[in-house]
Amino acid sequence: MSAIPEKRLIPDRLGTSATRLFGSWEALLFAVAVLIFIANSLASPYFLNAWNLSDATFNFTEKAMVAFAMALLIIAGEIDLSVAAIIALASTAMGAAAQAGVGTPGLVAIGIGTGVGCGVVNGILVAGLRLPSIVVTIGTMSLFRGIAYIVLGDKAYGGYPGSFAYFGQGYVFWVFSFEFVLFAVLAILFAALLHATNFGRRVYAIGNNEFAARFSGIRVERIKFTLFLLTGLMSGIAAVCLTSRLGSTRPSIAQGWELEIVTMVVLGGVSILGGAGTIGGVVIAAFVMGLVTFGLGLLNVPGIVMSIFIGLLLIVTITLPVIIRQFRHRKSA
Amino acid sequence: MIRQLFKFREMLLVIIIAILLAVFSTRSPGFATPGNLANIFNDTSILIILALGQMAVILTKSIDLSVAANVAFTGMAVGMLNAAHPELPLALILVVALCIGAVLGAINGIFVWKLNIPSIVVTLGTLTIYRGMAFVLSGGAWVNAHQMTAPFLQTPRQLFLGLPILGWTAIVIVAVMHLVMSRTFLGRAIYASGGNPTAAVYAGIDVGRTRFFAFVISGTLAGLCGYLWVSRYAVAYVDIAAGFELDTVAACVIGGISTLGGIGSVAGAVLGALFLGVIKNALPVINISPFAQMAISGSVIIAAVIFNARQERRRGRIILRDRGASEQIEVAA
Repeated sequence: MSAIPEKRLIPDRLGTSATRLFGSWEALLFAVAVLIFIANSLASPYFLNAWNLSDATFNFTEKAMVAFAMALLIIAGEIDLSVAAIIALASTAMGAAAQAGVGTPGLVAIGIGTGVGCGVVNGILVAGLRLPSIVVTIGTMSLFRGIAYIVLGDKAYGGYPGSFAYFGQGYVFWVFSFEFVLFAVLAILFAALLHATNFGRRVYAIGNNEFAARFSGIRVERIKFTLFLLTGLMSGIAAVCLTSRLGSTRPSIAQGWELEIVTMVVLGGVSILGGAGTIGGVVIAAFVMGLVTFGLGLLNVPGIVMSIFIGLLLIVTITLPVIIRQFRHRKSA
Repeated sequence: MIRQLFKFREMLLVIIIAILLAVFSTRSPGFATPGNLANIFNDTSILIILALGQMAVILTKSIDLSVAANVAFTGMAVGMLNAAHPELPLALILVVALCIGAVLGAINGIFVWKLNIPSIVVTLGTLTIYRGMAFVLSGGAWVNAHQMTAPFLQTPRQLFLGLPILGWTAIVIVAVMHLVMSRTFLGRAIYASGGNPTAAVYAGIDVGRTRFFAFVISGTLAGLCGYLWVSRYAVAYVDIAAGFELDTVAACVIGGISTLGGIGSVAGAVLGALFLGVIKNALPVINISPFAQMAISGSVIIAAVIFNARQERRRGRIILRDRGASEQIEVAA
């Protein structure tokens, strides 16, 4: 109770730009990414290979696309735990359409449309009815995945058209996959949206003080609705890529991804309490998580043990700044 | 007077459950017989116990998403202990289960108390870590029925006055939790730290410590359920109770426990769990695929959240169930 929340601490000097740059979370994270990269290349002789590294990007591109939108949502003080379920439902919808003989453009439209539809449902419930987003999205999470289970049961959809495989398996040029290029483009778009537009400033304002934002004439509900819609849209796009990459749909597709996506966002330095964070941080966090899981995979570590590392990564990255801050307070006091 | 009665969520839930039972018994005459009702109660016992732990946590404005992983780890640990050392008495195994559960809960609690980290992040992290540890502990192997001793498997099944010991355990836990919540300092402190944390601090309540103890309660009950689960289904493997944390949250939300903290009752959590139990047991009777269960509980959660929000808005925040005080507030409003 003695610790002063960081938000209320106003330093009398900001420090030079160089110390700020090197002291920032993103710089620390980048150093971690480089360290993991070096450790990986030392641990496995197969790691440093252009095609191998290209394969490694598939570990995070789909999750990162959703993480960009989730970052905006968390900065605005909300959360969406239903993203993985949206991916499952969108994938199921595409599977059903493929069975009915819909072509590739139709499938993409259906996948993205389903994502947007789910986002609208979340948006109406949270922004329209002003309900707490954690519980609402826990509810829609079982609802969306539940619908996928009703449709599919213990069966699976396959038989996607050949041209549909491009989104998850195609390459734009040399080792740069379609997914990676899409990831890069979306990163730039989201960075511009958050850091260079009025909309982005409003997102920060809502996250820092929703009350004050409302009194400043920001349409809080409308922006929150847009953010949920955006998260649904990105989940739909991720569903297209994932389904195309796997070539089949089961109702358990993308199970547990909501955790990894939230971890990615928080690891990227976005405050879980809202109001702070950058897209750049999320991009680096995506690389860190992708490199960690891929490196562990090369070392034959089973997936469930990897999830221990992800969980630890989440807790350590949140705990560390708090411990450092408490330590500093004790020293200055 | 009747309108007054209907305002109580508990009464409303009792009526809804009664209506459900009546409807289901028209489809299948055997459904509402005392024997089958005892079966349903017994079947729901584990959910009731876990929901009560979740209730204590939610009342303090937190959430424990790691309960199911705790069940899996503790269940695996006691299952392996029983298989490796069949000579150990059941009482000792129970103590071990309770201790492991309490420690896992305390780990969550320490992060929330000492480091002020949002409980959703901590328990999202420990959810994967605990389940991953169950895998590390067992190496992915199962503990099967023939490896467990007879007392380990049979004790919860013993009938006492027509109800198995498993069901009686739930009844005892309900009674104990009722006493703790309504008759002890900790119970009052739990309500106070969720209802209005700032006021609680001024009243001399350590909110962080109260949250810690709420997590210990939740963890201990999850530890108990770890044993009960493995004994009931006569098998221990890494994925037991996967996703069950959502059912416990659902039971609480349906039972009228506000996710904003401070509002809710033991009876509400029990009835919320029973509501889910009745639906789960009725699905095969009314010929609905068990795959539909997930979507149904999702829809029920959303409906319950909407309902709760409306009620809370109308009633204001009543923390103490003092008749005079609540009437005064209603008059004032």
